[in-house]
Amino acid sequence: MEVVFKVRGDILIACIKGELDHHNAAPLRKGIDRSMKVFECRDLILDLTEVDFMDSSGIGIALGRYKKLSKSGGRICIAGCSTYIEKVLDMAGVFSIIPKEADVQSALCLLGGEEQLHMEV
Amino acid sequence: MENVLKMEFSALAENEAFARAAAAAFVMPLDPTVEEVTEIKTAVSEAVSNCVIHGYGELCGDESFAKNEAPTIVMECALEKGNRLTITIEDKGVGIDDVDQAMEPLFTTGDEEERSGMGFTVMQSFMDRLKVRSSKGEGTTVIMTKYLDVPGEY
Repeated sequence: MEVVFKVRGDILIACIKGELDHHNAAPLRKGIDRSMKVFECRDLILDLTEVDFMDSSGIGIALGRYKKLSKSGGRICIAGCSTYIEKVLDMAGVFSIIPKEADVQSALCLLGGEEQLHMEV
Repeated sequence: MENVLKMEFSALAENEAFARAAAAAFVMPLDPTVEEVTEIKTAVSEAVSNCVIHGYGELCGDESFAKNEAPTIVMECALEKGNRLTITIEDKGVGIDDVDQAMEPLFTTGDEEERSGMGFTVMQSFMDRLKVRSSKGEGTTVIMTKYLDVPGEY
């Protein structure tokens, strides 16, 4: 597994590549949490476009980040789910609390769009 | 056609990928669909992760864990009647207090922040049948059955 972090304003984009399982979950979690802190990001996009395999550890990662960000007033969005990954995340009802977008661009629009609206008010 | 694979490996997180790859390779000669292979890999990954996290989890923090005989997981894959795949995954760990409760979606004894409690639900969804046998202090056996969408050889 490999993760590439990108920063857009105060949004951290974590592009996860390869297999996401219990073994990889702990370093991934630490990597995301540390990057959020280091880059002083508020919101998070989990880009799963290049994830080839994911078990319920992925649910734990998503829900764990959601809980953490809720406390700090940040938002999270999941981008680029394959049908199979969507099925796994859906089993735990992840999408009832975390929005999903087709790709990172749409996710950036979602997270950034709300902010623009906020500034107009 | 009958075919059996039996393997025993150390209860280490890095072996989760190996176990699911082995199960996937075992069914390959039947020319399964990509979806079937993914479902089998995911179910195996959940079962093996459970052994590592819960079955032997308490032992992992123990210093004697590495020195003593390392705990192992046994996986057996069997193919019968052409398309019936049975995967048995067994540990000799702490066992489960209440199997029915453990199998409820979202139930976890682990860290609620990071554990989804969805392992058994994923196994149930991706396989056709799931049976869990466990006794306190002796270990847990998970038996999963899946009927592959291939013409049976009788």
